[in-house]
Amino acid sequence: METILLLVHPEADGTLARPALEALTATQAVAASLTDGRYTVGLLGSGTDAAANQIASAGAAKLLAIADERLAQARYATDAAAAEALCRAAGATVVIAPATARFNRVLPGVSHRLGGRADTHVSQLEAADGALSVTRWLYRQRLRSRLTRAQRPWMLLVDPGCHPAWQGEAGSATAEPVALPAELVVRTEVTGMKAPAADAQTIRPDAGLLFVAGAGWTKKQADGQTHVPDAEQLILGFLKQTRASLGSSKSLVDLGGEGQAVLSFLTHLNQIGQTGATPRHPKGLSTCCHGEEPHTVGWRFITERRAINTDGNCGWARGKADVLYIADAFAVMAKVNELLAAQG
Amino acid sequence: MSSGYHIVVCGSIVPDPWQTLEPVTGPSGPALKNEMMLPAVLDPWAGHALFEAADLARRCPGSKVWLVSLGPKAKLQQVMMTIGQKAAFELVAMDGPANGFTDAAETAAALAGAIEGIAGLDRTRLLLFGGWESASRGAGVTLQLVGERLGITEQFQGVDQLSVQADDRFEILERIEGGCHQVSVCQGPPAVLGWATGHLPEPKNNPQIGMQNMRLVMPALQRAKTTPIPNEGLAFAEVTLPAQLRETRIVKDQSPEAIAREIVDWIKE
Ligand SMILES: Cc1cc2nc3c(=O)[nH]c(=O)nc-3n(C[C@H](O)[C@H](O)[C@H](O)COP(=O)(O)OP(=O)(O)OC[C@H]3O[C@@H](n4cnc5c(N)ncnc54)[C@H](O)[C@@H]3O)c2cc1C
Repeated sequence: METILLLVHPEADGTLARPALEALTATQAVAASLTDGRYTVGLLGSGTDAAANQIASAGAAKLLAIADERLAQARYATDAAAAEALCRAAGATVVIAPATARFNRVLPGVSHRLGGRADTHVSQLEAADGALSVTRWLYRQRLRSRLTRAQRPWMLLVDPGCHPAWQGEAGSATAEPVALPAELVVRTEVTGMKAPAADAQTIRPDAGLLFVAGAGWTKKQADGQTHVPDAEQLILGFLKQTRASLGSSKSLVDLGGEGQAVLSFLTHLNQIGQTGATPRHPKGLSTCCHGEEPHTVGWRFITERRAINTDGNCGWARGKADVLYIADAFAVMAKVNELLAAQG
Repeated sequence: MSSGYHIVVCGSIVPDPWQTLEPVTGPSGPALKNEMMLPAVLDPWAGHALFEAADLARRCPGSKVWLVSLGPKAKLQQVMMTIGQKAAFELVAMDGPANGFTDAAETAAALAGAIEGIAGLDRTRLLLFGGWESASRGAGVTLQLVGERLGITEQFQGVDQLSVQADDRFEILERIEGGCHQVSVCQGPPAVLGWATGHLPEPKNNPQIGMQNMRLVMPALQRAKTTPIPNEGLAFAEVTLPAQLRETRIVKDQSPEAIAREIVDWIKE
């Protein structure tokens, strides 16, 4: 029989964020099929009490925790040692964790230390007839695979947005302490975070809508001129009113590197597609983007898709969007903003 | 650093993103239909790592760049013809599978073995570069595993920037959630850096670099050892092509007002 461990880390405020609670739901479902519902939770951070209390009623058989000041920083040397110690203490054969940047960085290396294997971007876990299999995408969301592994421990990093977040009463839980080795060679200090200015914070993973801007916003329009300042205003105005997340095509963000006039608030982090992000949102609206395959693979997890393009032969017309509006995005988005403003 | 860095970039090839991919079941598990016929490109994020490596080496005299690649030899050769014109490096090639179905841990073992065998590599000056994920397996685990095998515990993933400070320490920007970067200062090599996009445009072809590289690329390909990846313990229960196409409703000859109204209603639904 498997021994299941859910690994989580609290955020800076001490609580567990949504991806951790989603991984908890996934863990409970797997445990229900494989271990009569038994699973352990391992917590790592500078302080873990608030997080343990937050999931006190989730039904974990045991809580293990490493609370150590050295874990206030998300860095490889200390995080890997902590995750390794928790997995060993739990005797885990299956380790489930949210695919946060922090865990993506370290858990693959930890799997090596434990003689196991790690799979990332897991979107589904199935446990049938006592056997666990996982679903993950290959070739940048072009092929879907379901796989099993014989090696243990098997570490599974579950992508955010694939499971409902666990909801339950907070309570009071006591975790068994596990020690982080005293002697760790640490040659890295995390010195801070670089976040875009509040009004330029355009990537919003929890938004209901993804708004994608393509290179067309910077191209010459019917009057033979470019209208980049107007484009900026229209896009920012829309984002302000809808709190949508902003995505971009590669061509548009690349223009910056080529010294052309671009939308000042876009960076490579906004890029969607083959070499960009693959976010999860219920709806997506593409504007001035041609909808070419290397871009639209990034739309795999956008459920409802609409596009505005002046060109009826763009990629969106060929089965990549639910609705294509053949129209001038400048004109349409100006009206959209007006309507939104009027509706308050 | 006065004596420069020894930068090893791990990177292989992937099908050109314009190609249609179709899974088939081969004798040893899943494969791509006509895999050897598909035009290939250097794995994009590994490409960014290579361009960043070449740039760093240029700025730090005494540095050297190796590209360690496990892939089908004939395809590697094709891709090297173009990549070899963009950045100066010495190729270390292994002839084996590089598709999305090959096990990352076994690939990492092969890569680590090849790196250990590089003559003249100074492991105290080693920077292990690569893409933070491949465009085939998309595993995001290979570099960490190579790093562990080489005993490197300063590891960074989703790197967009590496700056060498006046005191030779590195400042590193890694992608984290919500469009932010985590900033770290690392005392120096050895370190593992899995690159995201970085900040350099793709270099233009430079025939001089191409000629210089080619003198070493062909012998490296000839020396490439056959490196099987048996995928021990890994079984694919299924590999499927998702339904791609939607029924697109095309709306034309409508006023911007009418379209805007429809869009606003949809957003508010
Ligand atoms: C290895 C590789 C990786 C890649 N990775 C990515 C990736 O991750 N993401 C990505 O996006 N691309 C990627 N690409 C590039 C991709 O192939 C396209 O080149 C890119 O997506 C095109 O961007 P675009 O549609 O914004 O620009 P364009 O192709 O220039 O299209 C602009 C569009 O704007 C429309 N337009 C102009 N004015 C208006 C207006 N007033 N109203 C409405 N529509 C208007 C035009 O009709 C046109 O369709 C990759 C390519 C390769 C080779």
